[in-house]
Amino acid sequence: MKSFNIYIIGVGGQGIGLLSQALLRGIDHAGIPALAVDTHGLAQRGGIVVSQIRCGDRVHSPLIMSHSADLVLGMEVHEVARGASLALKKGGTLVFPDVSWQPLPVRLGRSPEITAEEVIQACTVLGAVSIKLELGTLPDARMQNMALLGSVSKNALIPGVSKQHYEAALDDLLSGDLLKKNRAVFDGFAA
Amino acid sequence: MKKINDILMTKDPFEEILMGNEAVVRAMVETGTRVIASYPGSPTPEIAAAILSIPEDRRPFYFEFSVNEKVATEVAFGAALNGNLSCAFFKSVGLNVALDSFVQLSLMTITGGMVVVVGDDPGANSSQNEQDNRNVYQMARVAVLEPASPQEAYEYYKHAAALAKKEQTVVVLRLTTHVCHARQKIRFGARSKPVPYQTGFSRANGPYIALTTMALDMKRNAIQKLRRAGQYIQQTGLNREISSQNSRGKGIITSGLTFLSILDVLEVSLYRPDILKLGAVNPLDEERVLAFLKAHDEVLVLEELDDILELRVKALAYDHGLKTKLTGKTRDEDFVGEYTPDKTREKLAAVWPDLVIPSPALPALSLAVPPRPAQMCPGCGHRSAFFAIKKALEKEDVTVADIGCHTLGYMPPYEMGEILLCMGSSAGMASGLSLFNHQKRVVAFLGDSTFFHAGLPGLINTIFNRHNITLILMENGTTAMTGHQDHAGSVIPVENLLKGLGVESILSCDTYNQSKLTELVRTSLAVKGISVVIARHPCMLKFTRQKRKQPGFVQTHVDIDQDICTQTRDCVERFGCPTFTRKPDGTVFTHPDLCIGDGSCRQTCPEKAIVFGKEAK
Repeated sequence: MKSFNIYIIGVGGQGIGLLSQALLRGIDHAGIPALAVDTHGLAQRGGIVVSQIRCGDRVHSPLIMSHSADLVLGMEVHEVARGASLALKKGGTLVFPDVSWQPLPVRLGRSPEITAEEVIQACTVLGAVSIKLELGTLPDARMQNMALLGSVSKNALIPGVSKQHYEAALDDLLSGDLLKKNRAVFDGFAA
Repeated sequence: MKKINDILMTKDPFEEILMGNEAVVRAMVETGTRVIASYPGSPTPEIAAAILSIPEDRRPFYFEFSVNEKVATEVAFGAALNGNLSCAFFKSVGLNVALDSFVQLSLMTITGGMVVVVGDDPGANSSQNEQDNRNVYQMARVAVLEPASPQEAYEYYKHAAALAKKEQTVVVLRLTTHVCHARQKIRFGARSKPVPYQTGFSRANGPYIALTTMALDMKRNAIQKLRRAGQYIQQTGLNREISSQNSRGKGIITSGLTFLSILDVLEVSLYRPDILKLGAVNPLDEERVLAFLKAHDEVLVLEELDDILELRVKALAYDHGLKTKLTGKTRDEDFVGEYTPDKTREKLAAVWPDLVIPSPALPALSLAVPPRPAQMCPGCGHRSAFFAIKKALEKEDVTVADIGCHTLGYMPPYEMGEILLCMGSSAGMASGLSLFNHQKRVVAFLGDSTFFHAGLPGLINTIFNRHNITLILMENGTTAMTGHQDHAGSVIPVENLLKGLGVESILSCDTYNQSKLTELVRTSLAVKGISVVIARHPCMLKFTRQKRKQPGFVQTHVDIDQDICTQTRDCVERFGCPTFTRKPDGTVFTHPDLCIGDGSCRQTCPEKAIVFGKEAK
């Protein structure tokens, strides 16, 4: 298959690791070769977390070239703006919930907060498709990643990967009550 | 659910998606590595996490977190002298700490064999520099294998172990950050039953004392061993050539993750140079390199960080009078940063402009995205500490940082800790800064894990030479920065140790008691000579995770009572917990996703407008 690149970005603590692993395993369950890499220097300390996934027969490094991501998944508005600026390719797709964890300069009043609408507007020059998720009330903020996974499944955003593959991936990664709760959020957004 | 410990302990061959660091642990299991020691540090802490996922009674080897990388090296070496295959692993700058012992290893007959896994960090993703440790391995006369992917990390560890055992020596497995943290499906082999632990040290296997003329004989032996390692590398095909029908007489010599970057660039190039991919970066396979040079008109040595391979390849070409055109690093930037596919593409286009198809420039997005520096977590005890300590200091006082989460105190709004070198360096630097300094007071910060790691000699020097500094021990009870590994403080209380060292002024309090901490620091600063303040609070990330697992746990949070708030903004601008969110109209709210309800912020509000949420009642 033609190579397909997924750039996932957010803030430490938002569950990027689990989201990335679920996508990677989902792609693998669909029989598509894939590579991934996490970049998270000081992520636990509220820094930027990026995970990159590349799939297809002819991909080598797990790192995506600039402006080559078919799909950018953002967990936070400022980070999705950053991710789109660095990685989104022409005609790519952007998915993100309207969640803001203000970076330090915004909190110190030195920089304005970026809004979801500004991101969507800015990405039109790339002919990008933007999907903004309305999260509503989740049982736990740490399950916002499952909303994104559900949306990726619902909109069939990764060619050749369908709901059953993501379900199998979640079964690999979680168990018991945690699996049940995460599956409920995933199912809600995948339907 | 597939549990990592079950995956690692699988008996028969299997395929599984794992991270490079985890794949290395499977290789440890398969090779019968018996003793493993480490000090936590990025990019390798997931090796330890994978090891610790296996319950101790099922673990097929002994594992310990040593006090620092030097001790880890010594423990692994000692165990290997008993005949056990051993391993030490750590971060790139950890090798600096281990170096005094490490450089001796090639002189020794290490009967069990020893592998040292070092995680270099091109791009300085999580380190204070991006040093290229390949510079050290030539001096230390150690064979070095460098994988490009998790699959190779697994395979090369097995080669390193086999070679170390065969030659009774030490072999380095050189990982880099994005090999450690890459994930792919890997084919694993079977696991054999571990051999019994050995205790067969005999000095007859030596010599083990490298003094006077013995040191030279032992060096001669090390040179021979490294030559034989070269033969092993040739036989096992660790260096391989990727030939093309359309190379136009051009070739590239490379290693590690850069190799994969090159393959990506060549997927869409106008022709494809041949590639010599070196799996072993020391010793250099001269025969192989010579043959490659002779077969090409032009060869580019493309390597991340320093020009180690380049200089040796050029010397080899000179010695053999070759006319092959050789290119390597030409600009300062070639020495800087990771060779990502983007950087590799740029370099290849600069060397061979006809190789790479130029891609059309995309319009830049009209978004000015503010930077997001890492910061202390909500509820972090260090935040309360910095907030309180700042009140006790004068503007001209000097604050010296050390490595740990508390290094982040250098950023606004605290701006404390103005100089940083490396692990445990604060007391020494502060002592130097304090000399002849009668106007400014000097304060050094030091974390508890770092205190044991490399902070003790600096502190002892301060006591011994009667320097005038205040040391603030930021005690959170764990090695927080790298993922909450245990450290010696759980057995040896720092306060006892300080008393034993003869420190007379030791004050301590919980950092959430901010006004008391301010007072203690003021008192300490008035003491002539060494004074220590232990600023104590458990790591809240660790603490909150544990609390969440308890039955009946209720997540609490704080709110800002907008009727009371007069917008002094002390909470968001001076205390600076990431929970505080500023609306465009200047009002401040707490973020429900981020607040952990610890309440340490409440005392920072002069209007007492920060109140506990209703669930706390």
